[in-house]
Amino acid sequence: MDKEVAIVGVAQTKYEEEKADLPYSELVFEVVKKLHDELGITKDDVGSIITSSNDFNDGRTIASMAIQDALGAVGKSESRVSGDGAFAYVYGVMRILEGTYDTVMVVSHCKCSESNIYLVNNSIFEPYYQRWLGLDQVSSAGLMANMYSHKYGITQEQAAKVAVKNRKNALNNPYAHLQKAVTVDEVLNSKMMAYPLKELDLPPLSDGAVAMLLTNKEKAKKYTDTPVWFKGHGNCTDAYYLGHRNMTDLIGLELAAREAYKMAGIKNPMKEIDVAEIYEAFTYHELMNYEALGLCKKGEGGKLIDSGQTEMNGTLPVNPSGGVLSSNPSMANGLVRVAEIALQLMGKAEKRQVKDAKIGLATGMNGICSQGNCVIILEA
Amino acid sequence: MVKQKVAIVATGQTKHRSRRRDVNISEMIYEAVKMALDEAQLTPKDIDAVVIGNMDHFEGINFSEMWTGIESAPGYLKPVVKVATGGTTGTSLAAYGYYAVASGMYDKVLVVGWEKINEGGATTGIVTAFDARWERPALAGALGPLALMASMYMWEFGVTPEQAAKVTVKNRRNAANNPFAHLQQPNMTVEEVMNSPVISWPLRLHDCCPQSEGACAIVYAGEGVARKISDNLAWVKGVDTGHYYTYGGDDVMHKYPAAKIASTRLYKKVGIRNPLKDLDVAEVYEPSSWAELMWTEALGFCEYGQGGKLLDEGVTEMGGELPVNPSGGVIATNPIGATALIRVAEAAIQVRGLGGKRQVPDVELALAHGFGGSVWADLMILGKEP
Repeated sequence: MDKEVAIVGVAQTKYEEEKADLPYSELVFEVVKKLHDELGITKDDVGSIITSSNDFNDGRTIASMAIQDALGAVGKSESRVSGDGAFAYVYGVMRILEGTYDTVMVVSHCKCSESNIYLVNNSIFEPYYQRWLGLDQVSSAGLMANMYSHKYGITQEQAAKVAVKNRKNALNNPYAHLQKAVTVDEVLNSKMMAYPLKELDLPPLSDGAVAMLLTNKEKAKKYTDTPVWFKGHGNCTDAYYLGHRNMTDLIGLELAAREAYKMAGIKNPMKEIDVAEIYEAFTYHELMNYEALGLCKKGEGGKLIDSGQTEMNGTLPVNPSGGVLSSNPSMANGLVRVAEIALQLMGKAEKRQVKDAKIGLATGMNGICSQGNCVIILEA
Repeated sequence: MVKQKVAIVATGQTKHRSRRRDVNISEMIYEAVKMALDEAQLTPKDIDAVVIGNMDHFEGINFSEMWTGIESAPGYLKPVVKVATGGTTGTSLAAYGYYAVASGMYDKVLVVGWEKINEGGATTGIVTAFDARWERPALAGALGPLALMASMYMWEFGVTPEQAAKVTVKNRRNAANNPFAHLQQPNMTVEEVMNSPVISWPLRLHDCCPQSEGACAIVYAGEGVARKISDNLAWVKGVDTGHYYTYGGDDVMHKYPAAKIASTRLYKKVGIRNPLKDLDVAEVYEPSSWAELMWTEALGFCEYGQGGKLLDEGVTEMGGELPVNPSGGVIATNPIGATALIRVAEAAIQVRGLGGKRQVPDVELALAHGFGGSVWADLMILGKEP
């Protein structure tokens, strides 16, 4: 679509294992203040606010209530998407397009350190029959990875290469949580979690927050010379019960991508997209994402990582930030992806900058095994 | 993608009651969804996106929209988004649905709010909304702050418990005209309210809303599509939200500044100079009898301190100048995640003249109000003309 909604500034915290010194309000205040300072604005310049958070992760009902004062929301219209931050970005875009507000701040926060993540994730399963099986994010990811690799002959080494790539990329990202390169052997020999997933096939658990300011076309010039435009979006939800799903292909993501590409006028994503930040919940998942996003044919995700095309110097670098495998502030992941693409297209990604990036892709995800999918296309 | 005007083309509700033992969560929600789709004569595949919400901690289900949006609503292979903001959840859902269509992103959006409270516990859930160190020991849950608010209000303005009791009498009587309402008590008296046990002073049992199980659904459509679906539409004239300070001690709760700020802004946008005269009906989220009196002041129906007088004069009664809560309001029906959406649905029903025994004559403009979070206000004004 036309250039109507711009990201004019982003701010992130450093992602860490436990920010014990920061309650939710102070965690959020850190990014809000940073964003205000970077753009030279005060809370009075913000028209409306959209946040994303999750009550289970935070252990607080109406998790957005704790952060209102830190957002500068007094007197303003704030609303909250419960779930991943990419969906909050899209709500912010809608609010700009509707026309009442010329600026919308979008903020997402999460502190995985505050909760028992097994219980948080087990609670996603339907309470009458399924929850008692004890499934969580890790065990269901294991099922998915196993079925996927069985169907398409993906090897554990190929999956391990995703961790190697993303953890290496994270060395260039000052905000990344895990900044230590790993080798294929280290991944393969790490502790078995849920076959075929080993510890290093899975992301860490992080605390962190991210904020950005969206404006309409007219206001964008006032704040920056390098606005990043909303160009397309797709949102698609797959079946709920794992037994109802085709676990070997991310159908929801595929349809979301198709819609986003259509809206953005993209015909050949591998050629036209310059950089991608995807929500890879585990190593195999990034390979499955390649396929669903149309970067390669079905079953060829392994070949694509082997080819090196998604490396930093490849045709389409995927996750220059290090991705979720390096930093995992759960509910904020999608908005971090959008923020990282915005930095890339602004040319402000410093050591992780992809050269001449003009069009970028970001994804967000809700629920278990890519059930809720959000694909966003941005343009410099 | 072009900006467009937005209308509500259909609504659906379950019958609300204390317990729905006959259905599970997804079956209960489906009742409201089916009613709304049937009214609009739409099939599941006609819907572009689903917005659904409840409070996670009340039933203890994380990402409940990933289940209910698929199993109870037509969300399969479509966008499903959850919005949850406490008591205001329903109106926040309604606002999302409006923006989703008004922005041009979608043409037909289904909005669903629900709660099946006996699967878990509301108070257990609400307590955790408050700061663990500073507020939880002193001011947590729903009743504590509502009682404190009522007490501050009584102290500053001299409004009496009898006046508050009259709100319950009015709304439970109105509820008897609403086939969906939970507590239908046409013969409730002021004495009965005044003699009911104290829950948290000055709130007595009948000053408080019940806990209900139920769901509500509405269908929004963009201008072009809406006129094809129905010639009886409720157009969204405007939405707004007001927030105020989070901590009880920073707020002036009984004056409800969030509602004052948001309503002032919204009336200006919609071109309302005198809300009492210009609005024809209001559905407000009154979690206690006292709250309705305070809300009528903050929403500008009268000056601060005059809420009791407004009620005494019968202005907010069914035959009055501005009937408030013809549906029976929250004092009669309270399935939390749906409660504020029911305000929007009932306002739409009034604008469309479909209220049956609870219909207010000749409604041109209706106000729907949601209350929640740390004394937040969500507002939507619906009208007969776009």
